[in-house]
Amino acid sequence: MKEWLMGSVVINHDVGLHARPSVKLTKLAKGFSSAIEIAGTRAGPWFDAKSIVKVMAIKAGQGATLHLRAKGPDAGAALTALSDFVSCEFDEDITDATSS
Amino acid sequence: MQQAVEIRGKAASEGIFTGPVVALGDISLVHRLAGDPDIETAELAKAIKTAIHSIRALQNGNEGEAADILEFQIAMLEDPKLRDQAIFDIARGASAPTAWWVALEHEITGYANSAEEVFSARAADLRDIRDRVLRALSGEATTIFQQGSILVGDDLPPSLFLETDWSKGGAIALRNGSASSHVAMLARSRGVPMVTGLGQDWPENCALAIVDGTAGLVFAAPPAELIAAYEVRKAAETENRDADDAFLLRPAKLRDGRPIDVRVNIASVEELQYIDPASCDGIGLVRSEFLFGDGAALPSEDEQYTAYRNILQWAKGKPVTIRTLDAGGDKPLRGLTTEESNNRFLGLRGIRLTLSRPDVFCVQLRALARAAIEGNLKIMLPMVGQPAELEQAAQLLDQCVGQLQRSGTPCAKPPLGIMIEVPAAAICPELFADAAFFSIGTNDLTQFVTAASREDVSNSHPLDAVHPAVIRLIKNVAAFGRENEIPLSVCGDMASKAQHLPLLVEAGITSLSVSPAALSRVKAALSHI
Repeated sequence: MKEWLMGSVVINHDVGLHARPSVKLTKLAKGFSSAIEIAGTRAGPWFDAKSIVKVMAIKAGQGATLHLRAKGPDAGAALTALSDFVSCEFDEDITDATSS
Repeated sequence: MQQAVEIRGKAASEGIFTGPVVALGDISLVHRLAGDPDIETAELAKAIKTAIHSIRALQNGNEGEAADILEFQIAMLEDPKLRDQAIFDIARGASAPTAWWVALEHEITGYANSAEEVFSARAADLRDIRDRVLRALSGEATTIFQQGSILVGDDLPPSLFLETDWSKGGAIALRNGSASSHVAMLARSRGVPMVTGLGQDWPENCALAIVDGTAGLVFAAPPAELIAAYEVRKAAETENRDADDAFLLRPAKLRDGRPIDVRVNIASVEELQYIDPASCDGIGLVRSEFLFGDGAALPSEDEQYTAYRNILQWAKGKPVTIRTLDAGGDKPLRGLTTEESNNRFLGLRGIRLTLSRPDVFCVQLRALARAAIEGNLKIMLPMVGQPAELEQAAQLLDQCVGQLQRSGTPCAKPPLGIMIEVPAAAICPELFADAAFFSIGTNDLTQFVTAASREDVSNSHPLDAVHPAVIRLIKNVAAFGRENEIPLSVCGDMASKAQHLPLLVEAGITSLSVSPAALSRVKAALSHI
């Protein structure tokens, strides 16, 4: 069993991981075949990044650190794409470019 | 055996109704026996699909924030994680509605308790999702209130009132609320008995109640004798109403034969199916807010045009006065009105709000100008207090008509009049001599003149009586209108109340706009003056 690839990123967006960015984040995550999970603390609990219900439930606000981990064939690319998306204040262009 | 409890509130809409009690808080959940878990699961999946479908339909024609909110709701519904807990409960014997309710309640609590507003506000989205799926499960497109029920709750949103089927009667009993709220106005127009301000004394597990909307009383778990006594009273009131009904289709006249123009106030197109066009002299007030819902999705020009055209076609050439969007104050609209303002009654609202949002206002003005060719349309501006507001609105209307004409779209420029509800306008009507007509909104005028909010439960009583200062202002406006040949009517609640009509007639008012349910009563009362 492969190990999780880990990463973390600070949320710059002024209202945090609220409805619209969460929808975009899950859409982005669904574009990868790897299992991707996110958490509010490194110790977990970890949640499926492809589930809007779970991502919203983290209630990560501005300035919070979001922890990411991925496991699977495209784990590295997934982690990079998601980190970029979060650190670039949920820039819509990045999501669209990656998911299309 | 339960003890009968008499609870005193404020009379908000006349009439008596005895019937089963439905609590508004858990209104959407209809408990039923669970069927086979596989069937229940399939039913839930189907209902979620239906809900997604209906949200997608709402999404069409919406952009920006409204579309984002709906997109979020769809994403939540599409996420299997949202239904996992419900499916788990179904497997253990729960019915689909109950399992869904419990699962969503858990999620809602998680959001509602969040300290951050962006997350706590999501609880409303989840409630919306929850109710939409529950409605799909119960197979009802809009509402799932049992017909002929007494709705009991803290307050009732006007949209919920409009979604409710009142054809088998029913009543409303609210712990908070106000007799002057919009839902109370709707209740009066549909003749649904309503009592507000009942406080927290409502007994638990009360199955049956009597709502006496005339006296402002509610009896929870009443004994048989009381029910019988009320039936007798109700029969007597019906008889009175029948006597009034003889006046319904006759032109309104005073005792000496002088004609009075009596029109109706409406707040939705659907109301018109209950009104005989022959029973009134037109529509004196269309509250266009109904088109805007809760502001999540602003109506397109075509949507508005269709609604206005339908109203004009119903009127068949009789005058129809449509009031432009009157949001703010007690009518907040998401995305348009500001919630932070510590004084929303005196803040950005009515004409001030629409002038600050020409993007929203011009859509409405264009739709109105296009519909104007279908009948006798007049446009009315709410909350006007400054002459510049009327001037700016007139300029925008000119621009919109010009645009439409240049693009070859059939349209007409309707006359532009104003509501007289801001004391400044009632004191100095001469500042608005350019208006095509005046219509006095007695509700807002009264609350601004007396500095008593119509939303405040404790203020209901002072508002029942007509303050002499309000009468003096009405006389002032009537005199100016007469001298300058500016048509004047009264469209506030005062015009619908028989006891106030002599005052209005004495003040020189010859045109009234009343709630549809009050038509026959008002005409009967006028014939005695």
